Amino acid sequence: MAESHITTHAGLAHHFDDIEQQREAGTLGMWAFLVTEVMFFGGLFLAYILYRSKYPVEFAVASNSLNVTMGFINTLVLICSSLTMALAVYCSQIGKRRPLIVFLLLTMALGTTFLVIKGVEYHEKFVEHHIPVRFPTYEFKWEGHATEGVPVHGESSASVDSGRIEMFFFIYFAMTGVHALHMIIGLGILTTLVLMARRGRFTPEYHSPVELSGLYWHFVDIVWIFLFPLLYLVGAHLH
Amino acid sequence: MREHIVSPKIYYTIFIALTVLTVVTWSVAKLDLGKMNAVVAMTIAVIKATLVVLYFMHVRYSSRLTWVFVGAGFFWLAIMVALTLSDYMTRGWLTIAQ
Repeated sequence: MAESHITTHAGLAHHFDDIEQQREAGTLGMWAFLVTEVMFFGGLFLAYILYRSKYPVEFAVASNSLNVTMGFINTLVLICSSLTMALAVYCSQIGKRRPLIVFLLLTMALGTTFLVIKGVEYHEKFVEHHIPVRFPTYEFKWEGHATEGVPVHGESSASVDSGRIEMFFFIYFAMTGVHALHMIIGLGILTTLVLMARRGRFTPEYHSPVELSGLYWHFVDIVWIFLFPLLYLVGAHLH
Repeated sequence: MREHIVSPKIYYTIFIALTVLTVVTWSVAKLDLGKMNAVVAMTIAVIKATLVVLYFMHVRYSSRLTWVFVGAGFFWLAIMVALTLSDYMTRGWLTIAQ
């Protein structure tokens, strides 16, 4: 730092030498957490890879029954929300409080849009009996769907096994469900940030909560960047 | 290390790149390229994720120690996937006497 005098900030914890050291420690801590998240989702992705390599036909056919348009729109919604989050971080860095609050609220609105679209998709799947559960009142059913008779790399869908289809949906709901849970937690974090920003807690010197929450939000976006092609686009060439 | 402020111009550029890549991955998926479909989809997804990590998440402008943390995460993920697949993919290569 160029200043020779010692400046103390309201946000500086006593066990750090200065605000720079505190910021660096915060960033590393957040990344350590995100690495555990990478490993957490990594296990699910690994399960996906193994089952898809074992049942390529069923995965393509089941994937084709998902609503690709909604998945596509949701991908764009999340990318937009990542942009507004990045701009929120920028506003916190240059100390513009109003725009910061506006961008945080926009990010929340886009996050909510994503969840609503996801909810509509889940409802579609519920109506089609594609939720992999077995209750007396509701159970998983696979009735050929739209791809009946469409050959998948030389094999006909007559050989499609409904148990393997169910495995795709199990992985689909596990991965998108856990992702949606992260979005909901993200919305909670953003609400807290809005409240803190309104109280004027962030300055160009201290805005780590915004910066670190941004890392979390972008991470959740990255997970979706992989989920979209893996879940929705496997069977897109079938139509 | 002083905080590096990324200009909104870069954010907008990355945003446009991500949107274009999303449209590309969607369009290419409609073509039947056989096994290449998965390769193309994953290549685009990795490029998109890298753009987000480097620019939106500021890793490009972060300290070397942050790079080590980020790299370690993806390196360990690669170990998990590679070692597991080396098991599953090679089952049945050898016949074992029962």
